[in-house]
Amino acid sequence: MSKRHQHSQSAAIKSSEITAESSYLNRRKLVQGLGLGLGLRAGIAASASLLSGALQADIAPSNMMSPDEEITPEKIATSYNNFYEFGTGKEDPAEYAHEMSIAPWQVEVSGEVEKQGVFDYTELLQGLTVEERIYRLRCVEAWSMVIPWQGVPLAALLQRLQPTSAAKYVHFTTLHRPKEMRGQRSFFSGIDWPYVEGLRLDEAMHPLTLMATGMYGKSLPNQNGAPWRLVVPWKYGFKSIKSIVKIHFSKREPKTTWNQLAPSEYGFYANVNPDVSHPRWSQASERRLPGSLFGSNRIPTLPFNGYGEQVAGLYAGMNLKRHY
Amino acid sequence: MTGYLKPVTFALLALPGAWLAFAIVGEANAVGSKLGADPVATVVDFLGEWGLRLLLLALSVSPLRRVTGWSSLARVRRMVGLFAFAYLTLHFLAFTALIVGWDWSALVTEILDRPYVTLGFAALVLLLPLAITSTAGWQRRLRRRWVQLHKLVFVAVALGLLHLAWLTKDGYAQVSLYLLIFAALLGERWWHARSQQPKQKALA
Repeated sequence: MSKRHQHSQSAAIKSSEITAESSYLNRRKLVQGLGLGLGLRAGIAASASLLSGALQADIAPSNMMSPDEEITPEKIATSYNNFYEFGTGKEDPAEYAHEMSIAPWQVEVSGEVEKQGVFDYTELLQGLTVEERIYRLRCVEAWSMVIPWQGVPLAALLQRLQPTSAAKYVHFTTLHRPKEMRGQRSFFSGIDWPYVEGLRLDEAMHPLTLMATGMYGKSLPNQNGAPWRLVVPWKYGFKSIKSIVKIHFSKREPKTTWNQLAPSEYGFYANVNPDVSHPRWSQASERRLPGSLFGSNRIPTLPFNGYGEQVAGLYAGMNLKRHY
Repeated sequence: MTGYLKPVTFALLALPGAWLAFAIVGEANAVGSKLGADPVATVVDFLGEWGLRLLLLALSVSPLRRVTGWSSLARVRRMVGLFAFAYLTLHFLAFTALIVGWDWSALVTEILDRPYVTLGFAALVLLLPLAITSTAGWQRRLRRRWVQLHKLVFVAVALGLLHLAWLTKDGYAQVSLYLLIFAALLGERWWHARSQQPKQKALA
């Protein structure tokens, strides 16, 4: 299904400069990095004020590489969303997500973990370092974007919750509040709310896995999963669950929403894999958004979304065609 | 009034196409202006959706004529059907050009491997002989067989609805609405046929 390949085939990251629409992004020059396929900015201390959105000012220069690709315009990334809690149309979340109130935001921690209880999410983030990561986001629907996130490595957050040795998986649950989330009220949805996603503990602890609290230097807009969401860049976008209110540790693999709804189409692992087609479309290539009718925006999809060098080891010995 | 029926109908049926052409020209000047972040998907979906709507509209002409008693309506039925066929043909061409990228072997793979593409393609193939034989000449030549042949449109609509349902991930409001309309149109025909039974079993 792939056509003209105008973009670089290689995931190997060259020295490059990111071209972006906003001046805050423009002034940042990205230097030769450590060979990681991500942009990462360390050194931003998390505090209540940062979490509420004033990240813009103190973004430190990158110390790692970023994809040799253009950052998706902020307007596109915040107006073209899959967040079915607010409707199945791509523009629905941007239109209706403001109906969700995000303050205060309580999070329940449970299961195979020492620090159980209900916490304000800011309490859980207190003292953790907010970093910037520029990641590709590959949707299972065969489109993709490149987004600058701000957040904390999920590992840092989970470590402070102290999972027990029995914990093998982490479950995450999205807010269930039909009064404020019209998609959850829809008679025409087949989804059994609330939305649940999960990771194997080693995937959750991987340094690329991020708990994002912001994007484009601002706090997360509601339609992108405010106040915090997961970002797992080597997996299809539906794994990166939004607006999280529950973190649960368990011995068993969680029953995740899309996997339950259509197991033949959405695996638990859902690693980006050009060799395993979705039953209804090919995954060999993707449309990088924003698209155009004039000229191709189709690029080949890379195994693990281009992060294979970092994450392939997590799946050593596994048959990824079976564990899709 | 009846004299204007055809030109007015033509203009209305052409309206979605005109809007799309306008949006595409706008897109050439300023990317992302009218067609959203994923204009390829927007164009393909737009054409398919209007094709399906107009097919349902074509099937509504006879029931509407019976309900309103406005017999002239029958004169625009062919036009509605041909417009539907045109939008669906463009839908297929847009898919071939913008999603498959004119790669014929990839197109064949899509049609064979993806059930929803198979269904949509089958629907279009079924409509082709109907479009060809839509002229008065063919209608005369085929006589009763013309009526039988054109019943294929019901199969095509059913396939089209399945095609849409299959590619829907979640959010079945739209499919449900079309399905309801289709069911109502079939129901009306059944009702009409039943009331006509002593005379003849026409299902036109």
